[in-house]
Amino acid sequence: MAASILRRSLLAPRCRAGDVAALHSGPSRRRAQGLGPIASGRRAGNSPAGERGVAPWVAVVGLEIHAQISSNSKLFSGSQVQFAAPPNSLVSFFDASLPGTLPALNRRCVEAAVMTGLALNCSINKKSLFDRKHYFYADLPAGYQITQQRLPVAVNGSLSYSLCVGGKKNQMVTRTVRIKQIQLEQDSGKSLHDDTRSQTLIDLNRADVGLMEVVMEPDMSSGEEAAAAVRELQLILQTLGSSQAIMAEGQLRVDANVSVHHPGEAYGVRTEVKNINSARFLARAIDYEIQRQIKELENGGTVMNETRAFDYKLGCTIPMRDKEGKQDYRFMPEPNLPPLILYDTKSLPANMNHQQVVNIDWIRERLPDLPSVRRVKLVEQYGILPEHSFTLLNEDGLMEFFENVVRQTPMNPRKLIGWILNDMLGYLKQHNLTVKESPVSSLFLADLLNLLEKGTISSSAAKQVLEELWKGEEKTPLQIVKEKKLELIQDQQELEQICQAVMEGHQEEVMEIKKGNQKVLNKLIGLVQRTTRGRADPVLVKQILEKRLSQ
Amino acid sequence: MTHIRSAARDCVPGCGNPGGGRMWILRFGRYIRGAPSGGASYWGGLSLGSRFTQAAAGGSDGRQEAAGDPRRRGRVYQNPTWQHVEQRPLPEKKVTVEVLDHLERLALVDFRNWEGVQRLEKAIQFADQLHAVNTEGVEPMDSVLEDRCLYLREDNITEGNCTEELLGNARETVEEYFIAPPGNIPLPKLEERDTFLQVSE
Repeated sequence: MAASILRRSLLAPRCRAGDVAALHSGPSRRRAQGLGPIASGRRAGNSPAGERGVAPWVAVVGLEIHAQISSNSKLFSGSQVQFAAPPNSLVSFFDASLPGTLPALNRRCVEAAVMTGLALNCSINKKSLFDRKHYFYADLPAGYQITQQRLPVAVNGSLSYSLCVGGKKNQMVTRTVRIKQIQLEQDSGKSLHDDTRSQTLIDLNRADVGLMEVVMEPDMSSGEEAAAAVRELQLILQTLGSSQAIMAEGQLRVDANVSVHHPGEAYGVRTEVKNINSARFLARAIDYEIQRQIKELENGGTVMNETRAFDYKLGCTIPMRDKEGKQDYRFMPEPNLPPLILYDTKSLPANMNHQQVVNIDWIRERLPDLPSVRRVKLVEQYGILPEHSFTLLNEDGLMEFFENVVRQTPMNPRKLIGWILNDMLGYLKQHNLTVKESPVSSLFLADLLNLLEKGTISSSAAKQVLEELWKGEEKTPLQIVKEKKLELIQDQQELEQICQAVMEGHQEEVMEIKKGNQKVLNKLIGLVQRTTRGRADPVLVKQILEKRLSQ
Repeated sequence: MTHIRSAARDCVPGCGNPGGGRMWILRFGRYIRGAPSGGASYWGGLSLGSRFTQAAAGGSDGRQEAAGDPRRRGRVYQNPTWQHVEQRPLPEKKVTVEVLDHLERLALVDFRNWEGVQRLEKAIQFADQLHAVNTEGVEPMDSVLEDRCLYLREDNITEGNCTEELLGNARETVEEYFIAPPGNIPLPKLEERDTFLQVSE
């Protein structure tokens, strides 16, 4: 499976040599066309050796994820947090770093960080400290960012995610990645580059918005694993409500640290890949970078410790202009902020103002069910397979849709899930719609399936009705059934007459069956169906025919 | 005693003391009172000297008392309470050119000439006195605010919407955006710069 990923990215549009602004000198590389199945597999040695007998490569991927906290006001000032607003309209004097302003920490951001830490099984530091990270860039007016480098809010957690492995992608395995720390930090402003006039336009609306940085240990070894882990983290954050985690709006930003090495040897030099805008691009960017490093090393070059940006149009990573060399951030304790003290029920002092207290135990009691718990509950409650519950939770709103339909129809959930995942989800993907935008409501689907259950229509007729419903013309299933005359023939006599007619019209087949060739019976059933235009219940037809034939 | 008088001379006369003629000499934290009946002379020369000799000879009777009248009794000790620490010169070789270049690049300071570098070295020597302190078993202090409570603000919108005021501070703006140069322009390499650091040993 790893090899198939490689082949896919080998065929991806290749960067022009000029684009890869080759800052590093080194042996000239020939364009590596079709280098064959170079393996970059998982660890534990199930990656096959390359064609040229080179030792197998193992990739090491670590992620740094910045999630924007969902709050009304910013981390250290009282200005609003909003995605699209007139430039520089949501900026307070502190955000613009005017002299004489001081930070005032937002309680909601602390609670969001503690919730996320608890959900990721971290140990929460009751005392955490704020630091300054100094670097110069136009969208950071103060020249430093207030973050928590020495003692963050939460440390040492884990995140479990599932992914599909196996040739047919039907086997689900669970992997875990360790969380090194979760810290609170400020966001920087936004810079728009205007190359024509050689200037940068700065918008500080995003400056000082609260971010949770989740630092993961390098436990992953492919782009697919990274994408699955990020998706799971996204679901957790959305369930908790601490962040809406929409990558397209920049509320969830992922930077990947990628390196390759031979198993058993020391880790290789890592590069950092930035500017990844969606989970899909994340997998592609990481796989491309793994490949690039392998090619580089196999050609005798070296990998430089640099920062690269992912260009999604070309599908490749390019060195970034401004981040040459290793940055020295000159960390120092933030002098304007005392340590952040969190309490639990044991350590809570008696007469403290409630508004000033963040109680870890209080938050832990109020944590909602995490996605992993909800999946288990779905499997237990409805008897569906784990893969199904995974897909249900993966699509936004699909689980609610499913539960609504289950409530309104006596159909077995296991049968229902087929309709949801195959038919409904298939249509949604085809028309690129979300569940919320579906023209077929849960009510209509339940009505349709009730008709099916009652025996009013057959399964194939139901599929026809569903197709009709997708046109979104506000007709109920019953109306459509009546219009298209799709009801099953209930009248036994009528059915018997039709069967008789078919039998009389096909005496040869009747002879065959009487001789003992049962397969021809299916042909007769098919003929009956055609005559009735699918309105005959196949089971009943078979019974009638068999009765007649044995006479 | 010469050094004391020169220090006294360094103090700016008439530095706005409200209490009529008293002068703080910071080096010894001593509270000196000059002639009480207002006047141009800040300290009677001889009387000052005698007061000093008195004190220097361990004049206080065991108990540290603040000089001056009871109404102005402060908590300032008569005798110095710290010990003099030998200011060692920098242990390794002096600050190297590589470090200076690194600092100039990082913090965008300009040492300008060797005198500036010497000032840096003196500052390092001054701070190195801390090595004489025994800090075994002592938790490092991260903040002088460590015994204060960090105030937690409620999540309400209280600020913002002052676009014109903010943009008024900038020299160039366009359509409510601030204008900045296109990305960081790093300092050129040491060899390509016109700086005194190039004359290196």
